[in-house]
Parts: sequence; structure tokens; C-alpha cells
Amino acid sequence: MSEIFQITILSIQVSAIATVISLLIGLPFGTWLALGNFRGRSFILSIINTGMALPPVVVGLVVAIMLWRSGPLGDLRLIYTPAAIIIAQTVIAAPVVTGLTAAALEALDPRLQQQLLGLGASRGQMVWYLWREARLPLLAALMAGFGSVISEVGASMMVGGNIRGQTRVLTTAIVLETSKGEFGQALALSTLLLVLTYLINLALTWIQQRGQRR
Amino acid sequence: MSAFITIKDLLVQRNGRDTLEIEALEVARGETLTVVGPNGAGKSTLLLALARLLKPVRGEIIYDGKSLLQMNELEYRRRISFVFQAPLLMDMTVEQNIGLGLKFRGASKEETRERVGKWIKQLGIESLSKRRAGQLSGGEAQRVSLARAFVLEPELLLLDEPFAALDPPTHARLLEDLSNILKQDHRTAVFVTHNLKEAAELSHRIAVIVGGRLRQVGTVRQIKAHPSDEAVEAFLQELPQSG
Repeated sequence: MSEIFQITILSIQVSAIATVISLLIGLPFGTWLALGNFRGRSFILSIINTGMALPPVVVGLVVAIMLWRSGPLGDLRLIYTPAAIIIAQTVIAAPVVTGLTAAALEALDPRLQQQLLGLGASRGQMVWYLWREARLPLLAALMAGFGSVISEVGASMMVGGNIRGQTRVLTTAIVLETSKGEFGQALALSTLLLVLTYLINLALTWIQQRGQRR
Repeated sequence: MSAFITIKDLLVQRNGRDTLEIEALEVARGETLTVVGPNGAGKSTLLLALARLLKPVRGEIIYDGKSLLQMNELEYRRRISFVFQAPLLMDMTVEQNIGLGLKFRGASKEETRERVGKWIKQLGIESLSKRRAGQLSGGEAQRVSLARAFVLEPELLLLDEPFAALDPPTHARLLEDLSNILKQDHRTAVFVTHNLKEAAELSHRIAVIVGGRLRQVGTVRQIKAHPSDEAVEAFLQELPQSG
């Protein structure tokens, strides 16, 4: 039981940290893409949109090559650590948060920017109030980012190694139990993962709905 | 009549196309200048250039003795206020919307409450103050939008067809209110419309822009009696006879 608890906590920690880092990257980058008017903008957006559908195993492979002992970042000794899973999951979630942030801001009336500036907003104040105006779709971006990493297994397996007590998370544990034929155990872990995902999304949906009523 | 704003040899482009050319135009302190012209003539471009939301490719705008480009952009924008055709309210209460510009300027809560209260009363929207912007009718929203601009007590008020989308009775009431406030306040304002009747009610001087060029400045009577060129004449003829 204590092992399941440890696995669950690690799953939440790793995916939550990856989601927060993705938000720190994706929110400003997505905003820059949505509000900017520069050459190559459409090209970057198309890359980001492709990134939103990155297969986790491919991400796992690339991050594993980078972090492998003999790889370019091998000296950091991160392969088969929770940090390696966080890096891989950030690579998966950041394009999701970036792309959906850009889409959320592009859906606002473009004249809103001029109106805020016309009322004396600084650039920073303008961006803050645009985020505030798009807070519901931005929260959906966060939910999608978290959803994309809490449920992935390929990258976590490849860069984390599914080491018991160290890098085993819910999804990799499910794969392991299934491969051993321990379907009961795998089903129990799957149910736990589903309930967990449901509870976190319930909390975010509650915040979102409250924002809508306000 | 000392010039508060002087425009010289101005050329503004949008999407690589010349959209507005003005050889010379002056606005006096306390004057309401109305800018008329057909749709797409470049009227809104003039307001955006005056608000420094569009950068001219040639010429200059001198504001209160200083070239606009030499002034700090944010400081300048905080001396003016802009009302668009659509109310563009934020998803917050009416009170919060009206206080937004004051918040940007770092006004204290007490000062904000006092000034917002004053303008809510002035525009007769006391009953709406706690409502959210999404619950307002078009006319109510535009009243809030006007209050949001007036509460800043700007040196220059830029109004871009603020009543164009309203039904005729609401339009008439708001126009009367705006006209009274501008007369009381002696605030400098540039008001864009394609309605000559509206222009005549709000101001003495009218600037006619057709096809991206400032064609004529004068009173409605002068312009009707002696249109400067065929383009102005054609624009006047297209207007409804009551206009």
C-alpha cells in the first residue's frame, strides 16, 4: 500500500512540476505568438501545432539520447531520475500550453488590445488584462497540458526506466503489472489514475465554472 | 485660437497601403472637431494615429507644443482617452470597467470610487453599477464605455463612431448627453462619424476625409455651400437629405 502511495505521489509531483514549467514557458511564448506581428509567425505556429501532437515515445527517445551517459547532456547524470521524466513531460506539455494559449488570445476581439492601450494601459497591463479576459480557455490549456503528461507512459518509461521506489509512476507501473499478467493490480492502479485525473480536472473545472459565473 | 494639436504633412499606411494623407490640420484647445467621410475613408486611421496606436510613415503630429514621437508613449497615452465604435468592455462589473483606466494609472481606491461614482451618476447608469458587462444592452454598454473614457478626465478625447451601432432613440439620447458633457467640460475632442447631422450637433468645425485624404475643414454650412472638390460634393450627395 505504501508503495502505491509513493508511486501516486511521485506521479502527481512529476506531472504537476512539468505542467507548471510548461505554463511558465507556454504562457509567455503563446502570448508572444498571438499578439506579435512578425515574419515567420505562421511558420512557428504550425511547428507548435505539430508539437501539440508529439508522440510521447518519440520525445522519450530524443530526451533519452540527450541525457544518456554518453550523450550531450550525459554529464548531468539525469537519465533514470524523476528529473528526466519532468524534462520529457515538459517537452510534451509545453507545445500544448503554448498552442492553446495562442489560440485563446487569438479568439479575443483584436480591438481589445487597442482599447486597453487607449485607456492608458502599459504593455504589461494590457497582456495581464488579456489573460484575465481569456482566463477560461487559458485554464483549459493548463488542463490539457496536465492531461497530456499524467496519462503518458512512453517517455516516462524510456527516460525514467520504471525503477521501483525511484522513477516508477502510475502509468509505468500499470504497464509492468500488465506484462506480468497481474491484471487485478493493473486494474487497481488504472482506477487510481482515473480517479486522480478526474479529481484534479474536477478542481480545475470548478475554478473555471466559478470564473464563468463571476 | 491657439492650436493644441497640429498635424503637418501626415502620411499613414496600414498593411503597406496609404490610408491617410493630411497636409495640415489644427485642433484648438477645448474644441470638438468632427471628422466625417464615407466608410473606409481613413477617419479611424486618424484617431489611431492621434492615439499613437499607428505610427505615421511621414509628417508629424504636434501635441501641446511637442512632437508626438518625442513624447514618452505611455505618458502620452495616459493624457488621452479612446472610445471605439464597439464598447469593448471587459468581463467585469460596470464599476470595475469604468475604473479600469484609473487602475492603470495607479489611482488610489478612494479616488477611483469617488471619480467612478461621479461619472456613473453623470451618465445616469447608477442602477447598472454592480452588473457585469455581458448583461448590458448595446446602449447601456456604450454609456459605460463613455463613462470609462470621461472618468480619466483626459486632455484629449478620441471618439470613433461610438453611437453607430445603436437604435435611433438610444442614439439620440446618448448624443445629447455627450454634447452636453463636451460643452460643460470644454474638453478637446476629435469625434469620428459618417453622420453629418451628428457632426453638426456636436461641433462647429468639421473635417471631411474622402479616399484617404483630408479634403476640407469648415462649418457644415460652409462645406455644404462650397464643397472644396468633387469628392466632397459626391460624399454630401450620398448622405440622407435630413443629414
